[in-house]
Amino acid sequence: MIPLSHVLMLSGILFSLSVAGIFINRKNVLLLLMCIELMLLSVNFNFIAFSQHLGDLSGQVFVFFILTVAAAESAIGLAILVVLFRQRRSINVEDLDAMRG
Amino acid sequence: MIVNVLFYVFAAVLLVSALGVITARNPVHCALFLVFAFLNSAVIWLLLEAEFLAITLVVVYVGAVMVLWLFVVMMLDIDVEKLRQGFTRYAPLGALIALIVAAQIGLVVWVRGLGLEPGAAPVPKPEGYSNTAELGYLLYTEYLYPFEVAAVILLVAIVAAITLTMRRRPGQKLQDVGKQVAVRARDRVRIVKMDAEGGQ
Repeated sequence: MIPLSHVLMLSGILFSLSVAGIFINRKNVLLLLMCIELMLLSVNFNFIAFSQHLGDLSGQVFVFFILTVAAAESAIGLAILVVLFRQRRSINVEDLDAMRG
Repeated sequence: MIVNVLFYVFAAVLLVSALGVITARNPVHCALFLVFAFLNSAVIWLLLEAEFLAITLVVVYVGAVMVLWLFVVMMLDIDVEKLRQGFTRYAPLGALIALIVAAQIGLVVWVRGLGLEPGAAPVPKPEGYSNTAELGYLLYTEYLYPFEVAAVILLVAIVAAITLTMRRRPGQKLQDVGKQVAVRARDRVRIVKMDAEGGQ
């Protein structure tokens, strides 16, 4: 049997790797979206580990919903990205200054 | 014991492929590393006795979502070199923040212990236990309403993605069904009356 703390640590390291990915790829919208996918994956690890540890399947139902929302998010995100690239010919974050933010 | 060894092997490969996602030069390689990370997570979920979710991850994520990703990555003509400017500048900051986040999570898990005595082994499942059947039972009884909401979210995502990417190019020839139905015979055919053989 796999100890709970090792799974939690694995998900923590995965989460911090994706946070680092957001920092070092801060110009590329595509890679930012990929890092968000990795973050959602590491959160799912927590849910599944606790579901096994506590013997409660509700955690796995939550992972199911997170997968649904992540799929919807990546579909809409990629659609926005394609429209953005069609308008600007670039996916650089620094080119997205239309709202002067 | 073999489960533990497999867990550590696949966890190591998962972390290496996650590192590949955030450091690879080519976005296509990033997407492929992400596919590999998802596959390794599916194996770890199998080891954690979440069989249905592991298969769902492979079928839905690797099979559908990541194919969509690869499609988009290959369709966009990205200037990689320009996007990677500042990579080395922000790498130390990113590594520092990753270390801090990992240390904080490690502190919570190892030192505070979450009140769950870390390292305690969960009870093994009885013979003939089906994860899929149990999950389905839970999903269609207790979580029926959230399940329907999830379906609506997917529908909204489909509609949003299609309406966002659909466009009318100039000069495109399209049918207008309303106009086609509304047309009358007298608009199209003119009946001419004239005498045969030149009217002698």
